[in-house]
Amino acid sequence: MISERRLLRAEPDFGLLTKLWRINWLYVLLLCALAGCGYVALYSAGGGPEPYAWRHGLRFGFSLVMMLSLAMVDIRLVARFSWPIYAAALALLVMVLKMGHVGKGAERWLELGPVQLQPSEIMKVALAMALAHWFNRASWARVGNPLFLLPPALAILAPVALILKEPNLGTAFITGVVGLSVLVGAGMRLWQMAILAIPVPFLATVAYHHLHDYQRARITTFLNPESDPLGAGYNIIQSKIALGSGGMWGRGFMQGTQAHLNFLPEKQTDFIFSIVAEEWGLVGALALLTLLLAIILGGMLVALRCRHQYGRLLALGISVNMFMYVFVNVAMVVGAIPVGGVPLPLVSHGGSAMLTVMFAMGLLMSVHVHRDVVFPDKRDALD
Amino acid sequence: MKQEGTRNGVFTRRALLLMAGQTAALGALGVKLYRVQVEQGARYATLADSNRMSARLIAPPRGRILDRFGEVLAGNSLNWRALFLAEQTTDVAGTLAAFDRIVSLEDHDRARIERDLKHNRRFIPVTLKEFLDWDQMARIEVNAPDLPGVFVDVGTTRRYPFGPDLAHIVGYVAPPSDADLGLDPVLALPGVRVGRAGIEQFREEELRGDAGEVQMEVNAVGRIIRELDRTEGSPGDEVGLTIDVALQRSILAQLGDTAASAVVMDCTNGEVLAMTTTPSFDPALFDSGVSQAQWNEWTSDRKTPLINKATAGVYPPGSTFKMAVGLAGLRCGAITETDRISCPGYIDLGDTRFHCWRKHGHGSQDLHGALKHSCDVFFYEVARRAGIDAVAQTANQFSFGVDTGVDLPGARRGLMPTTAWRRRHGHVWTVGDTIGCGIGQGFVLATPLQLATYVSRIATGRAVVPHVTRTITGTLQTGAKPDDYPVLDVPESALQLVRAGMFAVVNEGGGTAPHARLGLPGMQLAGKTGSSQVRRVSRWAREHGHFNSAQLPWEFRPHALFVCFAPYDAPRYAVAVVVEHGNAGADVAAPLARDIMRDTITRDPARRTVAPGQSVASG
Repeated sequence: MISERRLLRAEPDFGLLTKLWRINWLYVLLLCALAGCGYVALYSAGGGPEPYAWRHGLRFGFSLVMMLSLAMVDIRLVARFSWPIYAAALALLVMVLKMGHVGKGAERWLELGPVQLQPSEIMKVALAMALAHWFNRASWARVGNPLFLLPPALAILAPVALILKEPNLGTAFITGVVGLSVLVGAGMRLWQMAILAIPVPFLATVAYHHLHDYQRARITTFLNPESDPLGAGYNIIQSKIALGSGGMWGRGFMQGTQAHLNFLPEKQTDFIFSIVAEEWGLVGALALLTLLLAIILGGMLVALRCRHQYGRLLALGISVNMFMYVFVNVAMVVGAIPVGGVPLPLVSHGGSAMLTVMFAMGLLMSVHVHRDVVFPDKRDALD
Repeated sequence: MKQEGTRNGVFTRRALLLMAGQTAALGALGVKLYRVQVEQGARYATLADSNRMSARLIAPPRGRILDRFGEVLAGNSLNWRALFLAEQTTDVAGTLAAFDRIVSLEDHDRARIERDLKHNRRFIPVTLKEFLDWDQMARIEVNAPDLPGVFVDVGTTRRYPFGPDLAHIVGYVAPPSDADLGLDPVLALPGVRVGRAGIEQFREEELRGDAGEVQMEVNAVGRIIRELDRTEGSPGDEVGLTIDVALQRSILAQLGDTAASAVVMDCTNGEVLAMTTTPSFDPALFDSGVSQAQWNEWTSDRKTPLINKATAGVYPPGSTFKMAVGLAGLRCGAITETDRISCPGYIDLGDTRFHCWRKHGHGSQDLHGALKHSCDVFFYEVARRAGIDAVAQTANQFSFGVDTGVDLPGARRGLMPTTAWRRRHGHVWTVGDTIGCGIGQGFVLATPLQLATYVSRIATGRAVVPHVTRTITGTLQTGAKPDDYPVLDVPESALQLVRAGMFAVVNEGGGTAPHARLGLPGMQLAGKTGSSQVRRVSRWAREHGHFNSAQLPWEFRPHALFVCFAPYDAPRYAVAVVVEHGNAGADVAAPLARDIMRDTITRDPARRTVAPGQSVASG
């Protein structure tokens, strides 16, 4: 067991102050701005600081401290716990299936005392960590070996299968994409990707037949929302109405009729973007989208700037995860893909999502702070 | 290290490609946003407005009904009621139990509350109890902490201060039926009532008023958030009646528990000053729905409390019809003013013998004497000479068998037969039929209101139309002045002869109704008795002297009638009284009519603008 002190001793000029200095404060500022947008939108959704905005701000403050503390932790120490964290997340996923809290017909939540956990959210980060660790010292040639890719493929499939069983289609999809993106970043060959792509249509057909009725309804109503305006198509139509009523310049802060009159279901969580678009118009919506893009690309830049493979792949996975959140949520709100329970990171109301996103951001910052550290050539050397 | 270089190079390339892909994907969403928000924005914005706007009607207050001196006969009173919002309590059953302890609930209340709670959304209030008194309200307010979600609210309910006294004229209101709902959207509003009888029904259009409209902002489940716009409706018109409620009540007191009807009319213009029917009913009971037991009680009562006997009760007019027959005879030339007819006590037609009420006859007499003694034979003969069609032609002018034009629903026309009418029913009119009609028996039927109209027309010579509406929102309606009515097509001399005959009935020695003398200085009453059989008296009974109508079962006794007008030399008031199965008109109806007339003349409502009692009180 190594201590952080021993690692730091290897690089004597790497003190706490230096670490703080090396944090990308501009990036932190962007995160604060995003959470600020969330505060404003939730303020409007709740008609005041209660019941959403105030708690959102408090949670963000707490998460920010956690994130900055995490950024101070040496990335090599984090890397050591990649697989244990993955294993724990997998265990939680199994637990949620056994004794999870059923919300909206799906088992997603685990109640641990006062904290509600959504293990699938933790899993996405844990998966990126585990895969980054797997490929950390793998050479270019080794990655080309299909047998070497088999364990990480299983590491992706296991949580995806468990999340599908909950069932949470959206998160399972995102988890799969995050895992795949790490594989791609790690140097998976093009022909391997091509082989993977072949069974996709077949799997999709099989999957469709195993979908729950409500999920199938979402797909059919997505194709033609007006077919069932009061049932499954209601969310899509009302969300579009909210967007349309916002127009170019929006109805103004607290003036959105769709959200305030409760026509929008789950306005404070999945459909928070609709509130922003209705009250601040296309201008506001595009501004928020640009801010999100900046955070995603910022994460990618962290990956590009990093000099070790673990940090690169972890940063990539975290950024892709962030991107998938944003893409699936906004696409759902504008009616471009079927609805799934995916929140907008740092904007939607919800403690579990906030914590896991900020946990991931802490890891990202840790990668950035420790971008130049050197992983010892051999694992034993660290012991 | 070369391998690491390849690995890093591939990572950089792929990461940059991924970044480009991410930017493109979010860019595509931006384009999609533009389409939905701007290009199709107008369409969706309209949808958003139709989502949230909801127009609601507001019920106008129903117009009041007043008597001729402004006394309120039908008004709206505040109805304090306890409502309950289920969403404001966590324990619905507990709150209801607490309410039950504080203000006890009936079993049917509980059943209704349970049903409403099941049907209504949780934010729509359910009525717990209506018509709370101060005591109950105080108890609810004091116990408010134990009654979360319970609140007291005020609505309106129709109030009839005089209850049964005017039930048949004013009528009553009831919740609209499904058929009504299609006619006017106002009727769908809670608490709105529709006139179901009397003036409430006849003047429904004026009384109802116009609904206002409120534009509401509602949320997804229909809860009202706020008011956007409001246009006030106009309340219903105030209808002023010709009725003098004090006179009405004094007449009712005199009629007592008989099944009777009395109509007092201003004979110069047809204004109905009082129109009483006994027994009566409480119109307020209809407001919230009549119980089956109450309904059965009313409909099985042989004194028919629900029927307005004044306008819908039809009776053979009996001897009161004799003026019409006499006028018909004069008018068509069947008799002259001085012709005399001899009465031996009967008249034979073929092998049928028609009796006079006086077994030994009246001897020879003219129209004046025949009216005075109410001689049957004289009018048998006049009717026989004139023929039924000529009688009907004149009688129609006095409203027999025709619509009086009264402004009340359900008024009946009675029956004035003609040969054509008889033929339509597949029979041949016989002279015997005519003779029966000559004394107001047989087929002839009339309502008390028609009788009052008849006397008014005799008294004034004008075709006055009876009516109970005097003003609408203070505007005097046409028909208030004598000149509004045409002069009858009957010679004035004939009318004067008949009036003199009616005068003689009461005021000359030997007249049939000496009890009806008015007893007021300088004023005389002219009238005519009538008692109409509801059962044919057999010859056997008559000849053996066994006929005593007072011993008959109630429903077989003859009706007692009296019609009159006063003062004789300047006619102003006409009174018609019918006492169902009251036996002889002279004994029962005439004194009643006299007292009513005395009352009327003393109060003199037609010539006053302020009720007599009121002027004293305010002066």
